[in-house]
Amino acid sequence: MIAEIGHYALVLALLVGCAQALLPMIGAARDEAGLMAVGDTAAIGQFALVAVSFAALTWAYVTSDFSVANVVANSHSAKPMLYKVTGVWGNHEGSMLLWVLILAFFGALVAAFGRNLPPSLKARVLSVQGMIGIGFLLFILFTSNPFERVFPPPLDGNDLNPLLQDPGLAFHPPFLYLGYVGFSVAFSFAVAALIEGRVDPAWARWVRPWTLAAWTALTLGIAMGSWWAYYELGWGGWWFWDPVENASFLPWLAGTALLHSAIVVEKRDALKSWTVLLAILTFGLSLMGTFLVRSGILTSVHAFAVDPERGTFVLVLLAIAVGGSLLLYALRAPSLQQGGLFQPVSREGALVLNNLLLATATATVLLGTLYPLLLDAMTGERVSVGPPFFNATFIPLMTPLVLLMAIGPMMAWKRADLAGVLGRLWLGIGVTVAAALGTFFFATKAPVLSAFGIGLGAWLMMGVLVDWAERARLFRVPLGDALRRARGLPRAAYGMWIAHAGLAIVIFGMTGDILWKQEVVVAARPGQQIAIAGYDIRFEGVVQVDGKNYQAERAHFLVRRNGDYVADLYPERRFYPVQRMTTTEAAIRSTGLADLYAVIGEATGEGVHTVRLYHNPLVPWLWFGALVMTAGGLVSLFDRRLRVGAPMRKARQPDALPAAAE
Amino acid sequence: MSRTLSRAQSRKKRRLYIIGLGMLALAASTALVLNAFEDNIVFFFSPSDLQAKPVEEGRTFRLGGLVEEGSVQRMDGLTISFRVTDMANVIPVTYTGVVPDLFREGQGVVAQGQLKSGVFVAREVLAKHDETYMPPEVAEALKRAEHWREDTAKSVAQ
Repeated sequence: MIAEIGHYALVLALLVGCAQALLPMIGAARDEAGLMAVGDTAAIGQFALVAVSFAALTWAYVTSDFSVANVVANSHSAKPMLYKVTGVWGNHEGSMLLWVLILAFFGALVAAFGRNLPPSLKARVLSVQGMIGIGFLLFILFTSNPFERVFPPPLDGNDLNPLLQDPGLAFHPPFLYLGYVGFSVAFSFAVAALIEGRVDPAWARWVRPWTLAAWTALTLGIAMGSWWAYYELGWGGWWFWDPVENASFLPWLAGTALLHSAIVVEKRDALKSWTVLLAILTFGLSLMGTFLVRSGILTSVHAFAVDPERGTFVLVLLAIAVGGSLLLYALRAPSLQQGGLFQPVSREGALVLNNLLLATATATVLLGTLYPLLLDAMTGERVSVGPPFFNATFIPLMTPLVLLMAIGPMMAWKRADLAGVLGRLWLGIGVTVAAALGTFFFATKAPVLSAFGIGLGAWLMMGVLVDWAERARLFRVPLGDALRRARGLPRAAYGMWIAHAGLAIVIFGMTGDILWKQEVVVAARPGQQIAIAGYDIRFEGVVQVDGKNYQAERAHFLVRRNGDYVADLYPERRFYPVQRMTTTEAAIRSTGLADLYAVIGEATGEGVHTVRLYHNPLVPWLWFGALVMTAGGLVSLFDRRLRVGAPMRKARQPDALPAAAE
Repeated sequence: MSRTLSRAQSRKKRRLYIIGLGMLALAASTALVLNAFEDNIVFFFSPSDLQAKPVEEGRTFRLGGLVEEGSVQRMDGLTISFRVTDMANVIPVTYTGVVPDLFREGQGVVAQGQLKSGVFVAREVLAKHDETYMPPEVAEALKRAEHWREDTAKSVAQ
């Protein structure tokens, strides 16, 4: 019964979505307030209906209702409760329902918090949001209904893929989808603005918080996925340039560019049509990611079951959404009013460079991801494009971007003085050179690259600190005054500094991982001593343990340093009988500066096991840096002017505070 | 009047500047991509592909097929040898390191490495995450090999 309610609510949501797509659009064209207001009600109603549907599916999982096919395929009565709940989105159908739930959630948010939007713009935004909703609701109802029944119901289910039974991955998809789907709001605003024929600073001010929220969630989602890959796959790596990883990284890159170009629209009324295009492309890349993952054309951990029908459906949706909006863009963009002027050397100029570099990087990653598919389609040859390709293209494009990140925020709008900025950065230049030289002489491996990586991170970190100190006039006015000034600086500025500092921390982490990692692989027998990175590690042997829904071989390593006890490590190999799958649970001892990482392999003889040990310097900083970036996004999101809402008139901000900018 | 003219001119100048930078970025990225493609594209071959068109030693490629039943042997603690088959042809493989959790005889496998005097020395054996899952490249290679066998069977019969 509950499942039927869920299905029925989904059909109702589709009908409400049709009303949401049609009526407000007509209302906005005819300037009828009554019709436009339907958008609000419909958006909130659609969210309520999809929420009911989602709750129904969750109920079926929690109570292990094995008359529902989706529950049979992905759950088991012995599964821990946490994974019964997260199993709802651990499969294709359920995750699509979550996708639509988040889409409807964002629509409802626009309806609820968009009171100060011009009614016609709001009506059109909600209408576009409704159209996207229709597309995906049709997709669910026709190709991926999660509420299908089976008769007779089996006694128990097939369980969730054990790799997904993990807290890190359990919450990775919701955040990823918050990001993907969050960009739909920017897309809807872009399409609405094209229909209205007007893009102005107020528009950018409305778009930014949505983009920022999506970006923040996506940053966290990608970081969680990468963290999971690090400790669960047991390969000691955290990013593999896997096509599906790229599928989430592409919208992030484009979204980062959008975040920055929207600043130029907001502050200087320039780069308008580029920003609109970027908003369309960012969501287009999110849709493409969904398509790649669902179509089964990729070999990946993430790829859901192969079903050409579903792939075709999403491809058609993608073609309509991206093709339609780009067509609209081609027709309407030339009529957008020209924006303000600026010199090449200026804040705007720096942001243009930022956008060029990010767009180019997005294009190269896209090419590397799609090239194997294109080649296969055209010549039938099977190739793979691996990490070396991405490292060789992505890193050279990102290096100038990071160099620019320290300078750009210190430049004035319209016309800046580059020599002056570099002069104020003397301390930063000094510290960077010192850090690079220090690394060069002390690094045991790859001194040149190490110096380059650490120098780059130090440069960015110093850029942030110097910019903050300058804005607070630290050391120029009495300390008390400086701190008062620092408190008065806008939250958006703090958001930028925190996010940029987070990236600097991530750069340190990458440098440590890529250049200083140590690895030992041995076939060890109990009592054997293994030395790595100054640690003496004794393999104590393996015991059998039973978990709730698995059996495990648990190894014991005793870690000592110079004879002193450091830690015990217990890596496991788990066997899940229901799915007949083995997974690796790495044991990680982190000092905050480095990880000691142990993995146990198969028994290769009597008591002998293959053992892999890694010493990964600075890797914890990767996740810490990503968290800092997320925090930066959140701080910026709570900036006063975004919270209070945008004024309707084109506000000229007094320039008394040195450029109240990000 | 002259003011609007100069605004139009500097607008044009800005556009030129942006287009110039865009071209520069495009040229730089094209160069990077072409350079990286040359060294870093890895082709996929099945044992029958290698039979039909040998690959020179020292070139990195991916080999895919099934791990032949009864072929897995441990040389010493860490090195194993096995044969990859597509049911028509067979290539011997050696690998030093930890094989993925789902490496089994009779299961699909994809390995990356180079040929060395007739033996494929794998640097990486790619993990597969699910027992029922077959890498699409391998599935396709098996299908092609089946056709190949049928064809040869026919030509022998004639």
